[in-house]
Amino acid sequence: MSYEFLLSSAIGVLVAAGIFLALRARTFQVVLGLTLFSYAVNLFLFASGRLVLNRPPIWDKAISEYADPLPQALVLTAIVITFGMTAFVVILALRSFLETGSDHVDGDNVPCDGDDSDMGKGE
Amino acid sequence: MAFALTLFTLVALPFVAALMIALVAGGSRALHSGVAAAASAAGLILLASMAAPVIGGAVPSATVSWVPTLGLELTLMVDGLGLMFAGLILGIGLAVVIFAHFYLYDGEATGRFFASLMLFQGAMLGIVLAGNVLLLLVFWELTSLSSFLLIGFWQHKSEGRRGARMALAVTGGGGLALIGGMVLLGLAAGSFDLATILESGDIVRASPLYPAILGLILLGCFTKSAQFPFHFWLPHAMAAPTPVSAYLHSATMVKAGVFLLARLWPVMAGTEAYTVIVTSVGLVTMVFAAVVALFRHDLKSILAYSTISQLGLLVMLLGFSLELAALAAVLHILNHAAFKAALFMAAGIVDHETGTRDIRRLGGLAKAMPVTALIATLAAASMAGLPPLGGFISKELMLYETPNVALFGLPWLVPVLATIGATFSVGYSLRLAWHLFFGQPREAEPFARAHDPGVGMWAPSAVLTALAVLLGLMPMLLAGPLVGAVTGAVIGAPAPDFDLALWHGVNLALILSLLAVAGGALLLWRHAALLRAWESIAHSDARQMFEGALGFADTWVRKAIIATHTPSLQRMLLATFGVVVALIIDGAQAGGGAFTGTRPGIPASAPAIVAWTLLIAATAAVVNDSRQRFRVLIYISVIGLVVSLAFVRFSAPDLALTQISVEVVTILLLLLALNLLPKAPPILSSTPRKWRDGALATLGGVLIGGVAWAMLTREPGASISAYHLANSKSGGGGTNVVNVILVDFRAFDTLGEIIVLGIAGLAIYALLYSTARGAAGARLASWQEDMPHSPERHPMMFVMASRIALPLTLTVGIFLFLRGHNQPGGGFIAALVVAIAFLLQYLAAGYDWTDKRRRFGEHRMIAWGVLTAMVTGLGSWVFGSNFLTSTFEYFSLPLIGKFELASAMLFDTGVFLTVFGAVMLALAQLSHIAQRAARAIAEQPAAQAPEDAP
Repeated sequence: MSYEFLLSSAIGVLVAAGIFLALRARTFQVVLGLTLFSYAVNLFLFASGRLVLNRPPIWDKAISEYADPLPQALVLTAIVITFGMTAFVVILALRSFLETGSDHVDGDNVPCDGDDSDMGKGE
Repeated sequence: MAFALTLFTLVALPFVAALMIALVAGGSRALHSGVAAAASAAGLILLASMAAPVIGGAVPSATVSWVPTLGLELTLMVDGLGLMFAGLILGIGLAVVIFAHFYLYDGEATGRFFASLMLFQGAMLGIVLAGNVLLLLVFWELTSLSSFLLIGFWQHKSEGRRGARMALAVTGGGGLALIGGMVLLGLAAGSFDLATILESGDIVRASPLYPAILGLILLGCFTKSAQFPFHFWLPHAMAAPTPVSAYLHSATMVKAGVFLLARLWPVMAGTEAYTVIVTSVGLVTMVFAAVVALFRHDLKSILAYSTISQLGLLVMLLGFSLELAALAAVLHILNHAAFKAALFMAAGIVDHETGTRDIRRLGGLAKAMPVTALIATLAAASMAGLPPLGGFISKELMLYETPNVALFGLPWLVPVLATIGATFSVGYSLRLAWHLFFGQPREAEPFARAHDPGVGMWAPSAVLTALAVLLGLMPMLLAGPLVGAVTGAVIGAPAPDFDLALWHGVNLALILSLLAVAGGALLLWRHAALLRAWESIAHSDARQMFEGALGFADTWVRKAIIATHTPSLQRMLLATFGVVVALIIDGAQAGGGAFTGTRPGIPASAPAIVAWTLLIAATAAVVNDSRQRFRVLIYISVIGLVVSLAFVRFSAPDLALTQISVEVVTILLLLLALNLLPKAPPILSSTPRKWRDGALATLGGVLIGGVAWAMLTREPGASISAYHLANSKSGGGGTNVVNVILVDFRAFDTLGEIIVLGIAGLAIYALLYSTARGAAGARLASWQEDMPHSPERHPMMFVMASRIALPLTLTVGIFLFLRGHNQPGGGFIAALVVAIAFLLQYLAAGYDWTDKRRRFGEHRMIAWGVLTAMVTGLGSWVFGSNFLTSTFEYFSLPLIGKFELASAMLFDTGVFLTVFGAVMLALAQLSHIAQRAARAIAEQPAAQAPEDAP
């Protein structure tokens, strides 16, 4: 097994789990889905620089081969922005729950405990 | 170019005045009107300095390049037409400013009034002096917006707001059409320069675009000049203060449409379509509005319909496509500006001094206010076209031209309708003067109050009326050269020979004119009977139709939005993911080629396979156990850890450091939020739905994983990375290329990103700060502890350990920050590490204990961070470099040795402050409300109001 296979399959699995969770009805699950999806997106962006072992982009006179620094710089800020976005969505979900008493993503009033039936309207 | 400075100063003056007035909005009325009057007067002087050469045929112009790629130049030019309009705008503007100074009541927002008025004046000057059609559009839109402010000046009045909205909707809508027309015109003529366009009339008229150009530009002109069927906004705009009406509806706003028709006359006029459309629209408007004006009772409403009618006359004259008719239009523009502004002011005076504008309650005012009566009667006589006033000459000229236009092949049609229009004009003008000032007072109360105002209030209208009289008595002396120059500018050729005089001998025009006066007198005599007949017919209300149309559009737009845009996150996300999946499939099919590329893979080590297995298992566990929320957080942190390890493995130490510290902060955040969210709610989705979502998710995963695989097995294309690597040390002064990219090569991106992060932090604060109120506050106060808690709130061991860890962690943070330019580290990572150190204090010792010892405000840190980064970037401008160019220097210090100081370090400090501030703001605030909820339980019954946030 090559590293390329490991990385691309991991990206695929994270994307699948992310999509599935993002389509759930509870805010917390959506947050989890977005988090997983963000991992996948960041890894994918990073992978666009291809995989290189033991060649960090720290410039040295003696070295001529490096990992691609550009995707790394992009992903570094992406990670921090991802945090900002996650935090915002979490707080939004929290506020929405406190306002409405429901943690359904569409604000539908569904019980937080009790029966197991599908009460989400629409889809 | 001799007048370049004069021209730019002339147009800039009103805007500067508007700004100055707005800045001293708290000042006295005299200050506000003084600035406005001084600006108008100075403008008039500047304009006068150019008058002689312009009348002599020169066209001063000046150009400053603005957006050359769009053909948008800051070109100003003044020819005869521009000179006349600019003179009207400034002259009547000055009169209106003086009038308004005395008219406005105590306590009104004079600062806002005069600032808006000056803004409008500047926009109008821009329209008439623009030498580039795109620039003209900019000012055109500005008049729509500033007139909105003026019409709706009395914000507390519902009709003011509605009138302003209607005016904006109609003229703004026409403005949109005009934009289209002007752009097409520029394309057809090959230039957006007005002078060039005016010379390419033949090309434009022959262009296949001509019908579209004509339609769109006429739409813009007709809406602005209140032509039928777009006339209805003008009467409703009368809700404005009277000085505004006097200004907007005599010389400016509504004349803009006429101005544009005149401006583009050499380009557009002369074709069959132009003559038929413009003449008939003008004719219909003139007759229709004149009839309506006869039966209105509100003074301003009479004047509004008379304005519409007179505008119709002007439009019709321009529509004739005859040179002498254009000359008549030019003369009538002057006349109309003078008598209509005077009449509006007189109406304002009457309203001001009697408390009503209803003509049915007034009468006989000549005894109580003789000065006003004299002024208004003379102005009304000019409007009626009675000799020896200015209005007579222009009306005469108009009637003289009518037999030369055979509309629809009927040579009698235009003269007959024009005479009918003129008859009704005489009728409403006579009625206005007669019912208002002569006969017996109809009601005692308004009459008892009536008296002439102070000289400041009547002087402006007196000057204007005097002008209207003199234009009749000595037209050639007063206006001859100007009218000649203006007509020359309108028709784009030397003006035809003309003689302005009261007496031209007996001709058809004189006979028609006499007929009109006689008919008008008849209308006045039989007015009461006619009014009864008029009021017995049902009339459609334009305002209701307009509001009905708005309501109709509103309902259907709403329905369309709900049909296409269900407010359901789940449905939207499903559609989004579905579209992405479809796009990838489509792209893969179109691309073709082998799935696996030729780039050789790197064999994976055994620990890597173990880590991969962990990641897959943890992801599966997250999906499977997503209802056991605390447990899920552990799985998430496993995934984050493996991702960090992957970054270490694949030569990205900076990413690994960032990922691991963000992971800690994210988990803390989710823990705090979960404290207040439901812990293990039931499943909501039905099984078929899960299968459907699962299928889409699997498809998406396979596709994106496949894309990643296809990409990873191919060689990368050429990128700019090599440049970054080569210039990092020599150009950016650092060996850590990732950091140099962040703070130097791509620093502008980073600046944007920290601003976004700062905004996210502030938005989170805003969301949480206000939770104490309303439903959320009530829910928070009744929050029930639903987790087993440790009996000790703040375990001693944890508190001690965190306090010892604090200085150590801070040291690590500073170390990471300082070495960031050359080794893995930097502002982002250091900020996260330091934030974790402080968050641990909150976690261990509680919010209150930590908050008391806090010496920094997060809001300010975000602000200072962004400012520091920006100022560092701007600093490079001082040294003549591009924004955010960094510089560096090596220094030697005893003991420490040689070290480097780069301006990028300062930028990185900004990054540090912003990231730290945003993270702390979000988490500290969240822990604050969690603490508040917990305290509410401890102190039940919670009665005290939540204290203010820091």
